[in-house]
Amino acid sequence: MISIRNIVKEYAGHRALSGVSMEIEKGKVFGLLGPNGAGKTSLIRIINQITAPDAGEILFNGERLNQHHIAQIGYLPEERGLYKKMEIGEQIVYLAQLKGLSESEAKLRARKWFKKLEIESWWKKKIEELSKGMQQKAQFVATVIHEPELIILDEPFTGFDPVNAEIIKNEILELNRNGATIIFSTHRMESVEELCDSIALLNLSHKILDGKVKEIRNQFRTGTYIIEYTGSRVNIGIDAPFTVLSETTLEDHTQLKLAIKEGHKVNDLLHYMLPLSDISKFEEVIPTMNEIFIQAVKKQQ
Amino acid sequence: MNKILLIIKREYLTRVMKKSFLMVTFLVPVLFIGMMSLVVYLAVNQGGLGDVKKVQVVDESGWFANKIQSSKTIQYSFATDYAATKKTFIKNGYDYLLYVPATMSKIQLFGESTPSVINSGKIEDELTRVARARRLSEAHIDSAVLANAQTALSVEPKQIGENGETDANVMAKYGIGLVCAFLIYISLFLYGAQVMRGVIEEKVSRIIEVMISSVKPFQLMLGKIIGVGMVGLTQFVLWIVLTTVLSTVAGSAVGSKMSAMQQVQTAQQSQGVKTALAANADKIEPNKMAAVIHSFESLPIAQIVLCFLFYFMFGYLLYSALFAAVGSAVDNETETQQFMLPVTMPLIFTIILSQSVIVNNPDSTLSIWLSMIPFTSPIAMMIRIPFGVPWPQIAASMVLMVLGFLFTTWVASRIYRVGILMYGKKASYKELAKWFMYKE
Repeated sequence: MISIRNIVKEYAGHRALSGVSMEIEKGKVFGLLGPNGAGKTSLIRIINQITAPDAGEILFNGERLNQHHIAQIGYLPEERGLYKKMEIGEQIVYLAQLKGLSESEAKLRARKWFKKLEIESWWKKKIEELSKGMQQKAQFVATVIHEPELIILDEPFTGFDPVNAEIIKNEILELNRNGATIIFSTHRMESVEELCDSIALLNLSHKILDGKVKEIRNQFRTGTYIIEYTGSRVNIGIDAPFTVLSETTLEDHTQLKLAIKEGHKVNDLLHYMLPLSDISKFEEVIPTMNEIFIQAVKKQQ
Repeated sequence: MNKILLIIKREYLTRVMKKSFLMVTFLVPVLFIGMMSLVVYLAVNQGGLGDVKKVQVVDESGWFANKIQSSKTIQYSFATDYAATKKTFIKNGYDYLLYVPATMSKIQLFGESTPSVINSGKIEDELTRVARARRLSEAHIDSAVLANAQTALSVEPKQIGENGETDANVMAKYGIGLVCAFLIYISLFLYGAQVMRGVIEEKVSRIIEVMISSVKPFQLMLGKIIGVGMVGLTQFVLWIVLTTVLSTVAGSAVGSKMSAMQQVQTAQQSQGVKTALAANADKIEPNKMAAVIHSFESLPIAQIVLCFLFYFMFGYLLYSALFAAVGSAVDNETETQQFMLPVTMPLIFTIILSQSVIVNNPDSTLSIWLSMIPFTSPIAMMIRIPFGVPWPQIAASMVLMVLGFLFTTWVASRIYRVGILMYGKKASYKELAKWFMYKE
C-alpha cells in the first residue's frame, strides 16, 4: 500500500529523518513507534503531503505520491482542533468537501456517522459549546468521513477519556476489518502493540527496527521463563536443563526466573520440575515493546 | 481551484453571517448620517437647541433704541433706569442686562451666570451692525455702494492639457484624493488585521494541520485573503448604498426644513442694511456652488474610480499576504507587535506624508517615487490621481504594484507554510528567514 523509500528530511541544521524506508501492507494495522522527537510526525506529514522530503520517495499503491491521493488519506493529527465558532455539522461537511466529496454526499455521510456515535442532536451546536469528548468524536468523523483507504492516527488516544477511547478504538478496528489500512503513531509503545500487525521503531531520525509484531517478538525472545510453585523450596541441581536467574520466596510460594540451557526445550524444563514441585504458574518472559526498543537502541549503538 | 472556492465561501459566509458584521455594516452609516444630520441641524438652527435669551437693554446713548433687532435666540427689550433694572432684571425673568452708557465707552453685559461667548458675540455683532449703519449714514455713504465695494476677488485655477483648458479646483482635488487615500489606508488595516486574526485562529484552534492535510497552505492562505477581501468589498458596497439611501432621506427632510428657515430669515432681513448684503451674497453663492460642482465634474472621475478599485484591490492583496505571514509566525495576537511595525510602517509613513508633502506637491520627485513603490503607491497614487498623472507613470506604478503583490505573496506564503505548523517557538526575524529558505 505504502512504500517509503530512503526518505531524508532536514530542517535548518537538524535532521528529522535520515534514509528511512518501510513497507506498509494493505489492510493491516501498522504501528509507527518511537520516543518524542524521533521523526514520526515528520514522516506522517510527508505521507500527508504537508511537507515534502528532501530526498527519497513514497509510493501509494505503486504510484508516486501526488495530490490525488489526498482524498484517499484520512489524517487525525496530534495537534487537533476544529473551528470554534462554526456549527459542528456544517464543519464536518466543509472538511469532507475539501477532501473531495460533494455537498449532498458529505451531508448524508456526516448524518450517518453522527447517528452512529450518538452525537446527532449536536449537529447545530458550535464546537465551543461541546464537551471535549464530543469534539473528539466529531474530529474522528472528520478524519474518516471520506472513507479513506489509509487512515493515519497520530497519538490517537491521548486526550480521550477511557470510554471514548474504547469507542473510537472499536470504530477504527471496524474500519480496518472493512479494508482500511491504519497507521498508528505513538510514543507510548505498549498502548498499541496489541492492535498492530506490524511496527516500525524510529529513534533519532533513524529506523532501528521494523517487521511483524510476532516476528519481532520471536527475534527478541531470550529463552527466559517464570515458574511458580507452592510448597517447600526445591533445590535445583547443576544437572537441571536450565539456570536460575533469580529466586524469590513469598509467603506460600516460590517464583523462579529461568533461562533454558542450550539444546534444551521447554518440555525438558517442565519434565524436570514436575516431580519436584506443585506448579501453580508457568509463562515465558516476553519482552515488552519498551524493552525491545531499548535493546534495539543499544544494539544499534 | 474548487478547494479555493470552498475556502473562499467559508471565509466569506462565516464573517458575513456574524452579528457583529451586520451591526457594523448597518450602524456605521446610521451613525455617520446621524452625526452629519446633527451637525447640519445645529448649523441651521444656530443654537436653536438652546433656549431663547431675553436681554434687558438700558441704552443711555440713544443709538440703539428700536434699532436693535431681536433674533431667534436673543430677544431685546428696553428699560430706562439702569440702577433699578440691574436689581430686578433677573427677578423679572430676563437672562441678561445690556448696559450702554451715554459715552459708549464701556458697554457691559450682566447675567446671573457669566454670559456665554456665543451670546455676547451675537449681541456684539448686533450692536456693531446698528452702530456702523448709523455712522455710514452720517458719512452719507450708501450701504449698497459699500457692499459692492467689498467684493472679494478669487483666482480661478485652470489646467492646460491635451483637451484644452479645464477647470482645476484645487480644493476638490485635495478632498477627493485625501478621502480615497484614507479609505484605502483604513481598509488595508481593517481587513489585513482580519486576515491575520483568521490565521491565528486556525493556529490556536489547532485545525490548521487538518486543513493542510486536505489543501495546500498556499490555497488556504489565498482563499482566506480573497474571502476576507470580498467581505471588505461587501461592506463597502453596503456602506455606500446605505449612506446614499439614508442621506437622500435625511437630506430631503433637512433640505425642506432649511429652505423654510431661509425664507424666515430673508423675511426677517427685509429691512435695513442686511437686505443689500444678503442680496449680494445670494448673487455670489450660486456661482460659487456651481464652480465647485463644475470642478468636481471636471475631475477625471472614471479614472479615479478605476484607480481606486485597482489600488484598493492590489494594496489589500499585498498587505494581507504580509499580515497572513505575521499571523502564521505567532501563537497569539499579543505576539504580533514586533512584526506589525515593519509591515504597517510604510502605510503610516505614506499617510502622514500624503497630508502634507504629496497633496501640496503632487509632482515632486518624492511624490512620484512614493507612487511607484508598491508598499506606498496605493495611498500616494490616490492623492496624485485627481491632480492629473501622466499615463506612463500610472502604467509603471500599476505594473510595479502587480509585481510587488506577486513578490510579497510569494515571500509571505513561504513563511506562512512553515509558520502555521510551528507551535511554542518564539519566532525571530532570523527564524523567519530560515523558514523562508526551507525547501518545499
